[in-house]
Amino acid sequence: MILHVDNPVVEVHDLTVSYDRKPVLWGVDLTLPAGSLVGVIGPNGAGKSTLIKAIMDLLPASSGYVRIFDEPIKQVRNRISYVPQRESVDWDFPASVFDVVLMGRYGNLGLFNRPRKADKDAAMQALEKVGMQSFANRQISQLSGGQQQRVFLARALAQNADIYFMDEPFAGVDIATETAIIELLRTMRAQGKTVIVVHHDLQSAGEYFDWTVLLNMRLVASGPTEQVLTQELLEQTYGGKLTVLSKVGDLLRKQEFPTRERKS
Amino acid sequence: MVGDAISHAVLPGIVIAFLFTGSRDSIPMIIGAGLLGVLTTFLIEFFHRYARVQADASIGITFTWLFAIGIILISVFAGQVDLDQDCVLYGEIAYVPLDLWLTENGLSFGPQTIWTLGFVTILIIAFITFGYKELFLTAFDPGYAAVIGISTTLWYYLLMTAVSLTTVASFESVGAILVVAFLVGPPATAYLLTDNFKTMLVLSVIIGIIASIVGYYLAYWLDGSIAGAIATVTGLQFALAFLFSPTHGQLFKRKRTIAV
Repeated sequence: MILHVDNPVVEVHDLTVSYDRKPVLWGVDLTLPAGSLVGVIGPNGAGKSTLIKAIMDLLPASSGYVRIFDEPIKQVRNRISYVPQRESVDWDFPASVFDVVLMGRYGNLGLFNRPRKADKDAAMQALEKVGMQSFANRQISQLSGGQQQRVFLARALAQNADIYFMDEPFAGVDIATETAIIELLRTMRAQGKTVIVVHHDLQSAGEYFDWTVLLNMRLVASGPTEQVLTQELLEQTYGGKLTVLSKVGDLLRKQEFPTRERKS
Repeated sequence: MVGDAISHAVLPGIVIAFLFTGSRDSIPMIIGAGLLGVLTTFLIEFFHRYARVQADASIGITFTWLFAIGIILISVFAGQVDLDQDCVLYGEIAYVPLDLWLTENGLSFGPQTIWTLGFVTILIIAFITFGYKELFLTAFDPGYAAVIGISTTLWYYLLMTAVSLTTVASFESVGAILVVAFLVGPPATAYLLTDNFKTMLVLSVIIGIIASIVGYYLAYWLDGSIAGAIATVTGLQFALAFLFSPTHGQLFKRKRTIAV
């Protein structure tokens, strides 16, 4: 079930991505609506990160093309932000929390210009939004996983983009951070931003996202969450691991057994 | 260890420059060596990225190969001239004051290397000052840099060009081994002493200067190799920082865990 929308913010046509000539994503063709919270869901190795990296032109596509805001990506770079996987950087790098958040302003500064006061204010505001203002001068090596994730989020917020790609922002964070992040994402959606999130937890997916993309090396489904998260489509996505999965599907439908405790 | 690789791989560049100009003037040699230095970084990156060889293997293959070509070139074409292989490797800092920059009418501007190195220093400082935020970002998080439109490839090659320029300009006077000691030692020591990137840059320079002065007097006192003594001091500095650094030192770490 692949639904297409009119006036999409992201338009992916027949995208195939290969590592070392072996395709890891086959002919993905999808459109995403503006102002939505999109979840990209699939098993490990399904190519979820690959998909968003290829959309952002971080990985070369073997075939197909991508348009964002109906333009080639190179023309709209300053409207795009990215929250990489936390493990993708070296947290022992000699930098403070504020240094990292300020990086969010670099893209709009241009060559040779130093950050001005307005940029520093924007970085500080972004830190406040994620509740980390008191950590501004802290070394990034002294942060917990959840705090690291918030710093990355603050950096993206400081950029004030229109579309955000986030790679597993909920992976390995504490429940307080998870709640804070999802609140923030909802605020962003209310402001008309589009947020695309790579996510691995089926249980919370139904609750968090209003548009869901199911992926397993090929596109299984793309559409409104309640139409996409069906047992049949989940079985197609998770293939062989079905005995477990049909249970998860049942759980999901009933929403009775939360997999973790929630703050009420 | 790209610096190590460059300092060896520039040898054919020096020899070719020598064969073309027939003089041991430093300007053509630095240009020849500089070009080879940049070529080395390109080759390393090329093998790593397209042949999918590991980074260290790619570095190893590139610089041994280029260095060997340089040695052959010396022995075949320049055997009769004073282009000493040992001199390239170890340098001799004590000879620097003897190599003066003299004008036609005998006016002396002091040692040549001071002028070439001074020029390169200004260039490098300008590069770091103007490209600071791009260098900082691409070093920390290349993926994010690429998304917001800062070319990681461009800045990587610019940085590597700066490294090869520095290496080439310095090893003429101090030799390849001391260049590598200076490229790695002081920054590693500074890294253990501070968590701030800018402080780290300044501190590396200060540590380097201290190592040079202390190393020189150590060599004077021992009547030994100056380059060797300086490299030894950079090693000692690192060991001291490793043990006694207030933030990362092993000694304080242990104390802290006991206190907790």
